[in-house]
This record gives sequence, C-alpha cells and structure tokens, in this order.
Amino acid sequence: MFKIIIRRMGFAFLTLIFVSGIVFISVEALPGNVCTAYLQRFAQGPRLEKCIEQQGLDRSSAVRFRDWLAGAVQGDLGVSLKRQKPIRELVGERLRNTVLLAGTSAAVGVPFAIVLGFWAGLRRDKRADLAISGIAMLAMTIPEFVTASLLIFIFAIWLNWLPAVTIVPPSASVLDILPNIILPAIVLSLVMTAHIMRMTRTAVIDILTSDFVEMARLKGVPERRIIWRHVAPSALIPTVNVIALTVAWLLSGVVVIEQVFNYPGMGTLMLQAIYDRDLPLVQAIALIFSFIYVGVNLLADISAALLDPRLRTSRRVY
Amino acid sequence: MTDAVATDSAPARRRRPRVRINSTLRRVASRPSGAIGLILTIFFVLLALFAPLVAPYDPAAFDPDLVHLPPSAMHLMGTDSLGRDVLSRVAFGGRLALVVTFCAAIIALLWGGTAGIFFGVVGGRIDEFAMRIVDGFLAIPWLLFLLLMASITGGGAWIVIPILGFFYGIAIIRVARAAALQIGARDFVTAAKLRGEPRWSIIRTEVFPNVADIIFVEGAMRWSWMLIAFASLSFLGFGATPPTVDWGLMIANERAFMAVAPWSVLWPCLALSTLIIGINLLADALGKAVGVDRAGDMPA
Repeated sequence: MFKIIIRRMGFAFLTLIFVSGIVFISVEALPGNVCTAYLQRFAQGPRLEKCIEQQGLDRSSAVRFRDWLAGAVQGDLGVSLKRQKPIRELVGERLRNTVLLAGTSAAVGVPFAIVLGFWAGLRRDKRADLAISGIAMLAMTIPEFVTASLLIFIFAIWLNWLPAVTIVPPSASVLDILPNIILPAIVLSLVMTAHIMRMTRTAVIDILTSDFVEMARLKGVPERRIIWRHVAPSALIPTVNVIALTVAWLLSGVVVIEQVFNYPGMGTLMLQAIYDRDLPLVQAIALIFSFIYVGVNLLADISAALLDPRLRTSRRVY
Repeated sequence: MTDAVATDSAPARRRRPRVRINSTLRRVASRPSGAIGLILTIFFVLLALFAPLVAPYDPAAFDPDLVHLPPSAMHLMGTDSLGRDVLSRVAFGGRLALVVTFCAAIIALLWGGTAGIFFGVVGGRIDEFAMRIVDGFLAIPWLLFLLLMASITGGGAWIVIPILGFFYGIAIIRVARAAALQIGARDFVTAAKLRGEPRWSIIRTEVFPNVADIIFVEGAMRWSWMLIAFASLSFLGFGATPPTVDWGLMIANERAFMAVAPWSVLWPCLALSTLIIGINLLADALGKAVGVDRAGDMPA
C-alpha cells in the first residue's frame, strides 16, 4: 500500500516535470524570445536590454528552466511583462476566486452526479434513465459557452433572477463574489455532472450484471442490501477516476466560463495575458493549472487504491 | 485506405471492404440515434457546401438602417448588431469550422493511428517510453495546451489545424496502440510472424485491417470534440478572425446584445450545437455498429 502511494507520487512528480518542460520548451521554440514577442517593433535599444535583464534572458535555457521550476516551487513565478509586477501578486486573489468557482461546481456536481448515476443505472432503459442519459448527452456535447449563453439568456435576461456578468474586482470578499458564482457554477457542474453520471451509470450496470451480484441474489440477499453492500462500493471506484479526469476538463471549462461571465479568476487573467503577449504570465498560469491537475489526479489515484482492495498490492505496475 | 490494403490480392477480395462499408452504414442508420446523427451531419455538410445558394443576402453586407431587426419575412432569422442578415451568416458560419476540424481530424487519424499501431506492434522499451510521453501530454488540460500554442503562434484558423491535429492525435495513439496490442496477440499474427513475414507487411496486411474500424470511430468522435475546441477558440478570439463568418465568433460578438436581439446569438448557438450533437451521435452509432464500446469517454 505504502509502496503504491510512493510510486504514484513519483509518477506525479515526473508528469509535473514533463508538463512544465512542455510549457517551457514551447515558448523557447519561438523565433526570438519573450521580450521580442512582447515588444514587437519596439524590441530594440534600451527597452529590449532592460526587458532582457529583468527576465534574466542572458542565462542559458537550461539554467533558466531550472531556476524557473525552483522558483515556482517556492512560490516565485517571475515578473509579468505588461503589468511589471511579480506574477505571484497578480495570481493570488484570482487563484482563490477560481478555486472558489471550480470547488463550488465540484462540491455540487460530484454528489449530484453519483446519485443520478446510481438512479439511472438501477433503472436502466426505463423512462427516468433515458431522460437523464439524454440530458447528460446534451450537456456533454453542447460547448460550454453556448450552454452559458443560453442560461444567461434564460436566467439573467428573461427571468432577471441572476447577474449576467461579474462586476466585482478580483480582491472582493468571498461574500461579495458568491452571488456571481451561481450561474457559472451551474454551467460547470452541469457538464461535470453529465460525465461523472455517465460513468457511474455504466459502472452500476456493469456490476449489477456481474457474477457476484447474481450469486448474492441467488443466495436470497435482499435487493436493498445488494445495492448498498455489493454494488455501491464497487461502482464508486471507477467514478473516482472519472472525477480526476473531470478536473482536467474543469480546468479547461473554467477558462471559457470565466470569460463568458467576466469572472475575475485565473482563466480571464490567462486570456488577458495572451492578448497582451505577456508570455511569462501565460507560462506561470499554465504551470499552476498543471500543478492543480496533477495534484488532483494523484489524490484520486490514492483514494482509488484505498477504496479498491485489488489495487493494494504493489505488483500492479503503473 | 482499405483499398490500398487489398490492391495486391485477387479482385474478389478487393470488393469486400466496400460491401462492409455499405452494411456498416445501414447498421448505423437502423438505429434511431444513428439515423438522426447521419441526417444532421449530412445536412450541415450540404449547408456548408451550398451556403451561397441558401443565403438570401451577402453574409458580410452590413446596413446601419437594419440593425437588430427581429425575424421577419425579409430576414427570416433577423439581423445582428451591424444589420447583417443572420440567416445568411448562419448558412456560411459552419464552413471554416468544418474544413478546419475535418483536416485536423484527418491529420490526427493519420499520425495518431500510424504511431499507435507502430508502438503496439513494436512493444518493449520504446513503447513503454512513448506511452509515458503520451500520458504526460494527456495530463495537460486541452484548452490550456491550445491556448498556449495560440499565444505562441498568434492563433488563426490555419495554424489551429496542425495544433488540433497534433494534440488530438496523441489520444488516438493510445486507442490505436491498445487495439494493435490486442490484435498482435492473436494467433493469425503469430502465424504471420512464424511464416517470417517482415514486420511492415504484418502491420499492413494483418494488424491494420483489424484495427482500422476502431481508429476510424475514434477519429469520428475526436472530430466532434475538435468542433467544440475550434468553436471555443473562435469564441475566445484565437480561431476564426473577424472578416470570416463563424458561429463561435458570431456568438462572441453578438453576446453583448443578447437582451435586445437574442436571435443573433440563439441561431448560431442552435446551429453549432446541432452539428456537434449530430457528429457525436453518428460517431457513437458507428462505434456500436462496428462493436466499439465508448461508454465513459471524456472530451480530452
């Protein structure tokens, strides 16, 4: 058990190095450097020299990569070109806001999805299942910004219940932000619910038709007990993995959704950084997102191992 | 592609793949969801092809006197914030997205399929190493990767093609490899190996025909996800650029006027969603028709 956790952690660490390598190399592959990309036709004379000095571009790539990673681990993400501020300061409150939004969506979506998945799986091919599965399919295929636009139209413009866009500054208190979270969180949790629910449903159906459930039925175990003791724990295991995958989706979805609602989070900051050609800021945000993703994945791996006795052997090579 | 496999054999064998494609299509259409998907996909492809015939007006022609007109006999879907005819724009709006994502899907299929089969057949250290890299790439949230690339290249529809093709090909590698690995363990491949056939010929004649279905279905599914990705990029300003008519771009530009002219947003929303749903249903039905189970998939 302990060995598995160590192995997974090692793997997560390697993934992190790899992902940050991609983030770093993709910018290195540019003709020129971050300063010429940012300054464009003003990239000459003292301005360029000052920028190169500030970003430390006189060091070799390998040294910069090492320093960049080491800095990131210690919370030093470099300096933004456009805003001329440490990226750490720019990110601070926005990271909190994004985590608040994504966390709320997950806290609402995950339990809801599991319940719905069980409900649909236990009533396979009946009317409730078809309705739930149909809606889930729609939620999964329609792009998030379309769903968001439709919900804004219904709830903000037509019914006038909720604000359409966020007008609070990034540093607003949590209580001020909360009303603005409702609509974006609904969109995010809708799509997330659809994915997790589908997986839970499949898992429930798989297990309901498995031999050990058949055996329990033949022994005369009451159906309620079969569902709670036999089906539920086994069906949760694949669900945990999907939850981790969903976080990857959530991190993409959150960028689009923040833009739609003008929400002051990491996504809007990243887009702004791209519009400004502020590559150090783009890199830093991409790195933070990857850190979050790898971290959540590691957590899911470990909880799956804790939930599933079969995974507790160290023989399984990842 | 199937033809290339059969060219060196007797004419009788050459006919077989075509018959199979026909019966696959029939099996797709026999499912209600498959039939709907097929109809929707064909409808939008035809709409894109014949957009100039469908559109009553020039999609780019603007008129300050016609701003935000509600749907009427003159403008069936109303007009947008610059007085452009929404119906004409909806008719043209799918063209770029369909071309870009279709090209990207072909690229993804070709490189992902080839690499996947190769790693599946070769196996060993090379395969192990390649799969770790694939895992690494899949650990990057898709939009982040696309945005990172867009920020470096400056974005634009044509640059997006290779980026989408490359990134979505990586996911296909995994599927193709798993399929090739499964086929590689079968007796007829072992027999071919024992006959001393060269590896390349085994891939071409034994493995490829048996995994083509799976890879193709995967490609169809990726196509619908690429449409989501491209529309999202256009919406964020890194895909289609203004003079081009594009649904994602239309939604982004007209969103601010949703309170006064909802039709200019809702129609492209409807068109984009129906197309994606159509392709998705089609890919799903294709998968079921050739026996590939796709439950619990993620658009990554």
